[in-house]
Amino acid sequence: MDYSQFLAMKQEIALLVVFLLVFLYDTFMPRKALGATSAVTTTLFLLFTVWSFIWGGVAGNVDAFAGMYVTSPVCAMIKNILNIGVLIVLVQATSWVNSDFQKVRRGEYYELLLVTLFGMYLMISARHFLLFLIGLESASLPLAAMVAFDKNRYESHEAAVKYLMTAVFSSAIFMMGLSFVYGLSGSLYFEDIAMQLGSQSNTMLVVALAFVISGIGFKLSLVPFHLWTADVYQGAPTPVTSYLSVISKGAAAFAFLVILVQAFGQFYSEVWEWMLYALIIATITVGNLFAIRQKNMKRFLAFSSISQAGYIMLGIVGCNEMGLAAMMYYILVYIFSNLAAFGVIGAIENKTGKVEMTDYNGLSKTNPWLSFSMTLAMFSLAGIPPFAGFFSKFFIFTSAINQGSIAIYILVLIALINTIISLYYYLLVVKAMYISPEEPQIEKFRSTCTERVSLWVTVLGIILLGIVSFFYDSIFNAASLSNLFGFIA
Amino acid sequence: MELTILWYLIPSLLMFCCGVYGFITRKNMIAMLISLELMLNAVDINFVVFNRFLFPGELEGMFFTLFAIALAAAETALAIAIIINVFRVSEKIDVDDVTKMKF
Repeated sequence: MDYSQFLAMKQEIALLVVFLLVFLYDTFMPRKALGATSAVTTTLFLLFTVWSFIWGGVAGNVDAFAGMYVTSPVCAMIKNILNIGVLIVLVQATSWVNSDFQKVRRGEYYELLLVTLFGMYLMISARHFLLFLIGLESASLPLAAMVAFDKNRYESHEAAVKYLMTAVFSSAIFMMGLSFVYGLSGSLYFEDIAMQLGSQSNTMLVVALAFVISGIGFKLSLVPFHLWTADVYQGAPTPVTSYLSVISKGAAAFAFLVILVQAFGQFYSEVWEWMLYALIIATITVGNLFAIRQKNMKRFLAFSSISQAGYIMLGIVGCNEMGLAAMMYYILVYIFSNLAAFGVIGAIENKTGKVEMTDYNGLSKTNPWLSFSMTLAMFSLAGIPPFAGFFSKFFIFTSAINQGSIAIYILVLIALINTIISLYYYLLVVKAMYISPEEPQIEKFRSTCTERVSLWVTVLGIILLGIVSFFYDSIFNAASLSNLFGFIA
Repeated sequence: MELTILWYLIPSLLMFCCGVYGFITRKNMIAMLISLELMLNAVDINFVVFNRFLFPGELEGMFFTLFAIALAAAETALAIAIIINVFRVSEKIDVDDVTKMKF
């Protein structure tokens, strides 16, 4: 065996080294030194992110282990995007992890988080369903433990039960679909499956594809597989919710695209294009309509993230390099906007324990900077022009329309109408903070240093990502080098 | 009488459907976990049977089954741990009782 092929996995191996260092530090350092665990982890991860930006990339497609694992500029790019998100989550989580109730277990939070990130890396780079499944499970099982992290709150356990049951149920359905695919094609390599299946669809293939799509739809919380989302987001501790809502969603969306175009590309127009249309329309509409009636901020952002997942899916139906680039850019912008919103919610929850929308009445009078960050996040999520959210929505609609059929015009029209509906409920939060005449519920307080740093970074990202075209250009360059779309028919 | 591939596939499909039915109808979380195990084991049978009958020269399906068994064990262990936690907090393990958060 040629051991040098492990070098193709250099990003994974570096992440594993970070994980092991954190694990060893947490296990063997004296108790007095454990207070620095957060700082050590964040610094190590910052170094890893910078290293991965500069030396983590590859020039072309590199595969290892007989094609089971593939890395390319676009894979390295999406991993870097996830790294930025994880870095912000780590900074945001610091004051929660070091609070009195959590600090005995703070090492576990970081270890579980890094393991799930490793699983997502495998999902992104896998070109074989066995490796993909291992990545999927090592991304979702530790997340269930993270959801149950808050031992003193009953809601945390309830959320963990709901998350784990639906995750196992969905992966069972996904594996059933895989077994059908295996029976039809005799292989689990994405490319071999595409080769063996031919171009003729049959009933068994349609059933298998429906199973596979619904299995991953659970992870992405697409409607009608979204029922776990709101409860889990509400029950989980806020730093876990923010991780769950951006990072795992981004990784799953990219892996979903790779599976669909690499393994089942030739059935695009015949089978799964229509399945995706139905899923996208249902996801965006139901997510929006349910978000209107939410009173709890975390549930509200859960439904908002469901509808955002629908917009991310719009990048897949285009099935071209531009759609891929638009999807990755959307994920990047979504990471910054959503983490800004969760940063404000987490800061307020840590200080006062309040998460209801009515608690935010008159917030601008007592905490103007927090209200300002929240407003920018809401504007960006809704897609109001000068902010990054507008550009990401613009690119994703353009890439979808480029495909050119009447059906996709109708699809994009429905998505556009939904953008206007979403403006209503995003502005409800802004109205509560700025216009509501009631007395402020939350006194003036000063959030901790780490929370302020994370909010500065996310707000800067929201403002700059759209205006500075360097970000979209580099993503587009990486995406145009990918030869993912060879099988589309 | 010769045992064809259908003699294996139909029981595994029945097992899968029983698992789905049990997962949806049972109220006790442990019973739901058992139903999930039924579904996962049906998948394992499918892989082995497809491998044995359709592609006898290869071992890919068998390998997948081995890994799937390990994953199922990990899932069950974690699920039991979380269910025990719920039981400690609320003294109940029926799904009808974990309904504090609902829309």
